[in-house]
Amino acid sequence: MLALEQLVAGYPGPRGIVVEAASLELPAGAFVCVIGRNGAGKSTLLRTIAGLQSSLDGRVTLNGHDIGAMNARDRSQAISVVTTEKVSSPGMRALDVVTLGRHPYTGWRGKLTRDDQIAIDGALRRTNALAFAPAAFDSLSDGERQRVMIARALAQTSTVMVLDEITAFLDLPGRVEIMALLRRHALEANKIIILSSHDLELSLEMAEYLWVVGEGRLAYGKPGELIASGAIGQAFDSNDVSFDREAHRFRLRAR
Amino acid sequence: MSTELETRWGDSGHVTTAAMLAFTLALAVVGLFTMSYGQVALDWGQLWNGLFYPESDPVSAQIVRDIRLPRVLTGLIAGAALGVSGVLMQALFRNPMADAWSLGLLAGGQLGVAMVVTAAAFAGPAAIAFLTAFKGIGLSAGAITGVAVFAVAMVALSHRVGNITLLVVGLMLGFTVQGLVSVVIHFANRLGGRVYSGWNDGTFAATTFDDLGFMVIPIIGGMIIAVASSKGLSAMLLGETYARSLGTDVRRLRLLTLGAVVLLVAPVTAYCGPVTFIGLIVPHFARAIARTSQILPLIPLAALSGALLAVSADTVVHLPWEQHFLHLNAILALVGAPVVISLLLLSPSLRGSA
Repeated sequence: MLALEQLVAGYPGPRGIVVEAASLELPAGAFVCVIGRNGAGKSTLLRTIAGLQSSLDGRVTLNGHDIGAMNARDRSQAISVVTTEKVSSPGMRALDVVTLGRHPYTGWRGKLTRDDQIAIDGALRRTNALAFAPAAFDSLSDGERQRVMIARALAQTSTVMVLDEITAFLDLPGRVEIMALLRRHALEANKIIILSSHDLELSLEMAEYLWVVGEGRLAYGKPGELIASGAIGQAFDSNDVSFDREAHRFRLRAR
Repeated sequence: MSTELETRWGDSGHVTTAAMLAFTLALAVVGLFTMSYGQVALDWGQLWNGLFYPESDPVSAQIVRDIRLPRVLTGLIAGAALGVSGVLMQALFRNPMADAWSLGLLAGGQLGVAMVVTAAAFAGPAAIAFLTAFKGIGLSAGAITGVAVFAVAMVALSHRVGNITLLVVGLMLGFTVQGLVSVVIHFANRLGGRVYSGWNDGTFAATTFDDLGFMVIPIIGGMIIAVASSKGLSAMLLGETYARSLGTDVRRLRLLTLGAVVLLVAPVTAYCGPVTFIGLIVPHFARAIARTSQILPLIPLAALSGALLAVSADTVVHLPWEQHFLHLNAILALVGAPVVISLLLLSPSLRGSA
């Protein structure tokens, strides 16, 4: 169970508080989509949850353990991360990248045991990345690279997986495929998956839980509840578009 | 499934082992050749006697034990240290063109040594005499300080500018230091100038057995740290965020790696002067052979091929040339510069960002 406890995410100094999240809990197997407008603070919130930056106040706990207080190795076994950052690493094969996902478990030499190899193999299989595993990572398409990065996170077999805007470079079928894959993984392996996306309508469709980040707040609930309460409209409506609660999509406002 | 797994996991370990054997063999051949051949050619008997029965053949013994053996050992140690330092630098900066020379660390060492020499010149003839007698300690201190200061500065700068900018800054630092050094040395007296320019040439021939001891201890320390930080450096290939999410303490790793680079590079710079190109090109050979970018398997390969390159270049330098002798860095540049140019032209990431 992942719990946010009065979490305040942001930066020391002038930028200050970005998102204040009320306390909330996620059970094992939860598939969460995080939505919000550009610059609303989705990435800051996710980085804070993943322990990549420290919180301004409050804390995040996994089964009662404070993630911010964990050492790097324990945290890497608890949470894996995939970002939208384009990684380029000449000389690495896709397989080498996925292999790095086992770092939290290997000894100082990074030698793989049979369990490690099975985890890597399974991750490649689940992401349909087996075919290009021996290829140079830099030679892959955006979609293939993203699948490899997800395979690396799956190989990490952490309890929580945080993915930030990973579908940004993909076409619609690619996005649906990846979101479906992650949702299935959360259910089957009983993992907690938190995924931010620009793709609002797809998120509404796929998410089990929805976090809506806007105006420094985090609204959360089942997609149906948030639509009914008008939280989605509040976060996204502008002068030109508004969210249609019945049709679950945006419409241009009549002038 | 198991066989399928194994075939996919069958790595290039055999190639690596074979390459290491070949390098060791080549190193032995080149080493024996340069020990026996030079201004004075020795046959195998003289070489053997000179090495193991110095009483029977004092002349050969002096040539082999006092002149050639220290030179070959120095080249071996220095080449290995520079090769490994290149692997560390390229991983730490995530820059295939990074090494102690291209990022200006050697320039830092030069500046440090020049300052020590000048300070000694101002302190008087006794200090210069001390420096000439114990050049190791004084020059080492200068080189270590200089390399360390420049290393920290370059890491700080690497957060703000791109790879290519950093390389240009590094090379410009080299020129700046050359200019500064000639000004500084101008104010040192003639003897100090000679101490410095003798050092600044870059040679493996200026070390004695006593020097080797001072040189090898920090280098062994640097090698141990290099091996210990190799796993974290492999994770750094994906960048800092991913390295951290994979359980790497990035700040500690950066400090350790920099420490290792200083320990590897500074003693070489102190005893041999600035030696160029080895750290820059050797990691590329190692990667090409090991066919992996994981750091750990690269370390022994880079050490061996660095040693081989250094000893071979030194062998060419000490062939019995009619006129004078060649400079070590000239030979290394003749080998290294074309390699660097082809790497630049062939690597998409570097070519694209230029």
